[in-house]
Amino acid sequence: MEFRETQAIYLQIGDYVCEQILLDRWNEGDRIPSVRELGVDLQVNPNTVMRTYDFLQSNEIIYNKRGVGYFVSEDAKTKIISYRKKQFLDQELPLFFKNLRILGMDFKEIAKLYELFIAK
Amino acid sequence: MVNVQNVTFSYTKKTELLNNLSLNLKAGHIHGLLGKNGEGKSTLLKLISGLVFPKAGTIDTLGFNPVNRYPEMMREIFFLPEELPQLNLSIGNYEKVYSPFYPNFNAEQFDNYLKEFDVDNKKSMLNKLSHGQKKKVFVAFGLAANTKLLLMDEPTNGLDIPSKGQFRRMVASAIDENRCMVISTHQVHDMDSLIDSIIVMEHHEIAFNQSIEEITKKLFFRVAERNEKHENVLYSDDSLRGLYQVCVNTTGEESKLDIELLFNAIIINKEKILKLF
Repeated sequence: MEFRETQAIYLQIGDYVCEQILLDRWNEGDRIPSVRELGVDLQVNPNTVMRTYDFLQSNEIIYNKRGVGYFVSEDAKTKIISYRKKQFLDQELPLFFKNLRILGMDFKEIAKLYELFIAK
Repeated sequence: MVNVQNVTFSYTKKTELLNNLSLNLKAGHIHGLLGKNGEGKSTLLKLISGLVFPKAGTIDTLGFNPVNRYPEMMREIFFLPEELPQLNLSIGNYEKVYSPFYPNFNAEQFDNYLKEFDVDNKKSMLNKLSHGQKKKVFVAFGLAANTKLLLMDEPTNGLDIPSKGQFRRMVASAIDENRCMVISTHQVHDMDSLIDSIIVMEHHEIAFNQSIEEITKKLFFRVAERNEKHENVLYSDDSLRGLYQVCVNTTGEESKLDIELLFNAIIINKEKILKLF
């Protein structure tokens, strides 16, 4: 896994886990790799993966069965999508708006492009 | 696990290499030991493992004074030096001779690590191997020795490109809450996903010793555009992509730690950074 430049690694691992769930590679109710297994797979310190799992657990995307392992929560997908939406609105959209202003672009221009995009 | 208190050390009478140095290492972590050449990183590792003795101060390694070199301590330490010993032994014979010193040595694990590193013939003579191949043998042996304390001085020096990923995978699988690893390195990009605590040596003492979690809570790493203003910039480095900056973390949002940037920031702006911790 190639880590991006600026986001904390434990959050990037979180994105990786969420992606596996959204792509149905890990299904709701399934057991996911242990902290150590994922650490080895991604070549990262298991303590970092532990932080990711704590974070995902507090967001109710995964849950822990003591002594058994971590599992994907029943409504994990809905939770991920609402979390992603919040991330998009808080972080990506302001950047997008900033670029619009710098480039002096009109919102109508964007609306037209968006319609074309949807039509495809 | 390791407690160094006010240690002073010198090789010659005139100049002191380490001056009143203190350091505490906890189990369950992979500590990255960083510092410019000649700061005394290797000497510190040698002091901890009892290879050289302090002039003043005390060291506690796994509950022992390393000066005594008790077998109970020695069998729980593996020290991988940067310069590997010249031994007229095959890999298999090295294992036969040295593994009995380590009660938790796991022969199967050793074979698996060698296989992962593509070192397939245990009959090969150690002194006939290339530097990189030899390094792989000792890294594999050190990890398979399953000691409580594993000290590695520049473990990725000389490793080829695929081996670096394999090294990270092996270390990630080997660390647990009872083991403590110290990796002294200049190859920070080989290590930045592996290390969870950073020790910086400067002016022959410990200038900085913090966990990554603590660092990213207090400092913010970012790539800024050149015209972007930020009041809390502690260090800035111009590059093609923009300004690589270390700032005071004012929002609580965590960024990815850039070890190289942090190191330079500590060297240039130590006072301000230390005040944050």
